[in-house]
Formats: sequence, structure tokens, C-alpha cells
Amino acid sequence: MQNETSDVLNEFRQGTISAFETLFRQHQRAVYGWILRVVRDPSAAEDLTVETFWRIYRARDRFEPARGFEGWARRIATCAALDWLRARKENVELDAEGCFEMPAPCGADPAVNAEIRARTVQAFDRLPPKLRIAATLAVIEERPQKEVAAALGISVAAVKLRVFRALRLLRKDLKQQGITP
Amino acid sequence: MNQRDHDQMKEFLQRALLPVDADAEPARDLWPAMVRRLDADSATPTLPVGAGFNWAWFDGALAAGLLALAASFPAAVPLILYYL
Repeated sequence: MQNETSDVLNEFRQGTISAFETLFRQHQRAVYGWILRVVRDPSAAEDLTVETFWRIYRARDRFEPARGFEGWARRIATCAALDWLRARKENVELDAEGCFEMPAPCGADPAVNAEIRARTVQAFDRLPPKLRIAATLAVIEERPQKEVAAALGISVAAVKLRVFRALRLLRKDLKQQGITP
Repeated sequence: MNQRDHDQMKEFLQRALLPVDADAEPARDLWPAMVRRLDADSATPTLPVGAGFNWAWFDGALAAGLLALAASFPAAVPLILYYL
């Protein structure tokens, strides 16, 4: 099994499409799930999964089989998702109010009413993408900070700092709207 | 923001935005879209090295001007480097 995986990775490095398809089918679900956690939009997550694998295929020469495929794919997926967040943030800023209406998620805490939730989501959308991605993964998704750090290509201390800054900005934004967490 | 505010904010955010379903899967097979993307990529002609770089006459004139300035006033070089 180990040899089989190693063969596939080596063939992928050489540009063999069948090996790439094998890797795609093995990892697409994990990559999609990771991207969905960041962008929180199923349709965008599908497009970004394809974008991620396209980047993976183009960067195959730089892939080091010894370091594993999953972590490398996750790193590239995070970059693709971050690019998408940045592009969307620009579009939202072009829209007058950036009116994103997010329905109350299933199982959401009834103590947080719909309006407060909507405002929190909007305030969260306004965060700089770098801070937002760290807060999404570390706070909302509760992923281990080490995993978040590896995906973002930064240190654990930097993840903690970004989360701290994200929460501080969010608190300030909500306070300006009269919402006290 | 102190630790208490930080924890409070964290808890508030977790209540307002729930984690996505960990078992989420794409709604469709993405491989056909991947193949289309790869085909489109291979159909795009690869530009030779430097083909995308357009050396306009203005760039040349600016570089020549800077070189002349650096030769005439060597003391201005750090200033030019600072503004580059």
C-alpha cells in the first residue's frame, strides 16, 4: 500500500494524468471540506477545489513526496481560499452596503437573535481576510492551532496574534453598532 | 481587550457562526470540471520568456535619466534607492 501510494505520488510528479486523477479522487473531499470551512459557501468551495487541484498540478515539480500530499494540498487550498476572500471583500466594498443575508444556521443558539447574528456575520465579513481566515479556522471550526499555522504557513504564535486581533476588531465593530457581546 | 473580553468574544462568535458539517462533500463529481480546466490550460499558448514584458520607450528614458543623475551626483544615489 505504501509503495503503491509512493508510486502514485512519483507518477504525479512526472505529470501522469491518471496518477493525478487518483490523487484528486482520494483527496477532493478533504480539500473541499477544508475550503468550505474557510469560505462557508458550498458553490464557491466546489470551484475553489478545482482551482486548488489545478494549482497543485501546475506546482507538481515542487512537490516533495516525503512531506506528504495532504498538508501540501491544504496549504495550497488555504491560499486559494484566501485569494477568494480577498476578491470577494473588494466586491463587497464596491457594493454600497454589502448586503449579505445569511439565514440562521440550523441549531444556532436561540439566545443570539437573527438580527444580531446577521450583524455579526457582516462584521466578520468586514475583517481583513488574513485575520478572518485565522479566526474562522481556530475559533469557529476549532481546528488545532498547529494545523491552522501549517495551513497558513505561519507560526502558532502568529495564529494566536491574528485570532486576538480579529476578535478585538470584531468587538470594536459590534460595539460601534451598539452590540455588546 | 483583556483575557475575559477575549474569551467572551470567542464564545459569542461561536454562538453566532456555527462550524460547517465536517462530513460535507461536493454536490457533484468535480473531476469533469478539473479535466476541462486542464484542457483549457494546455490550449493556452505558452509565451516565450520575456514576451510578456513590454519595455516601453519611457522606461528606457527614465533609466537613462537616473543613470545620468547618478553619474553626475553620486551623493544622490542613496536618495534614489530610498525612493525605488
